[in-house]
Amino acid sequence: MKTILDTGCHIVAQAAKSAKVDFVSAYPITPQTSVVEEIASMVQRGEIDCRFLPVEGEHSAMAACVAAAATGARTFTATSSQGLLYMHEVLHMASGCRFPIVMANVNRGVFAPWTIWVDHQDSLSQRDTGWLQYYCASLQEVFDTIIQAYKVAEQIKIPIMVNLDGFVLSHCVMAVQIPDQEIIDRFLPTVEPAWRFDPQNPTSYVSVTGPDLYEGFRTSLHQDQLKALDLMVQAAREYQELTGLYHGDLLDLYRCDDANTFVFAMGSMAEELKLSVDILREEGIKIGLIRLRVFRPFPKEAISKVLPEDATVVVLDRNFAFGHEGGILFSELKDALFTRRDNVRLLNQIMGIGGIDLTYQYMAEQVKNLLGL
Amino acid sequence: MANKIYDEKYPVSYPMHGAGGKTGDWRLLTPRIDREKCSKCMLCWVYCPDAVIDRETLEIDYEYCKGCGICARECPRKAIVMIREEE
Repeated sequence: MKTILDTGCHIVAQAAKSAKVDFVSAYPITPQTSVVEEIASMVQRGEIDCRFLPVEGEHSAMAACVAAAATGARTFTATSSQGLLYMHEVLHMASGCRFPIVMANVNRGVFAPWTIWVDHQDSLSQRDTGWLQYYCASLQEVFDTIIQAYKVAEQIKIPIMVNLDGFVLSHCVMAVQIPDQEIIDRFLPTVEPAWRFDPQNPTSYVSVTGPDLYEGFRTSLHQDQLKALDLMVQAAREYQELTGLYHGDLLDLYRCDDANTFVFAMGSMAEELKLSVDILREEGIKIGLIRLRVFRPFPKEAISKVLPEDATVVVLDRNFAFGHEGGILFSELKDALFTRRDNVRLLNQIMGIGGIDLTYQYMAEQVKNLLGL
Repeated sequence: MANKIYDEKYPVSYPMHGAGGKTGDWRLLTPRIDREKCSKCMLCWVYCPDAVIDRETLEIDYEYCKGCGICARECPRKAIVMIREEE
């Protein structure tokens, strides 16, 4: 194990290198740009046995990744904001093809008006594309989650998006422990794909499918998404056994044991919220933090197990569910608790949109206001 | 959503003989090869969209030939003509 000090974008590239990816196609976009630069440099310097394909846009980048995955290559890409939105059509294709592509998405707000700063609108807008979604709170977690994502994706044959906050994580420097390559190789062995293009045994793939078969393929994608929850827990724990690094299974719980009030959030703001919880605890509020690591599949059971019958949950959303009464996390949590917990009180606030800085003092104040304290 | 557990994950199509039925029934015009004129250049075999021309013998499989006429159009020696079945 060695410790390196680098930016979030470079840690993403390092994770792709440690995962020994065979193929990368990506198009640079702020704030993800230096992920692409770093991987291209690694390939040029010969540090990584990988084919890098420059393309003219993100739609092509994801299409190239789908094609590479069809040959059985371990495939990686990274994008952000408009780039992710531009990929949207091919995201459905990647999940429908059941290719275990892993993508880092550097969260950034979406146009219009133009912004380059963080919120979660880009990735949450891809909720129903069939991709699994992780959200990270530190650069160590970014590295570890990308490695874990390959493990899960290649077991369940569903692509995974690993999200990290633009600038707050992508451009900040943190110390990250990089496990020995031999440990990562043991955690992440080469997996033979269920199907691949083979010139000796010609097949075609995902061609026109009548109503008699189409529903079956789509339903199996949904059913396997739900099965991924267990694999994600296993991956987190096996990784912990091998490396000692752990960020929670599906949820990262902070001071939840005796709590009756909870804040619920994801991304870097949720890491900052640990300090807010400390402040509120000092004021005598029995509060804890539930940080969501996995947004898709949504860990309904895991969340409802944490909450006591009379819990109050303050949901802090860094996104809009336009035309609805709150943010997307708020809707998802309400849906998860419906019929599971009847007496839970849910409060919601949207904050941090388009990169507004979320300090622990500010969030502690907002939580107190919502609780009427 | 259906309650059935689906095993179908990978929409793979394998090549098989006549997956779309006996498409020779569709034919209006039938290609005939004049062996005297034919130089075995294989262009008809290359162009046939239904792969019904045998690579070794240049025999046409009339159970599946739709009679599209591409072979006759491409034949540089006009060795293939399209005729009406009843003729």
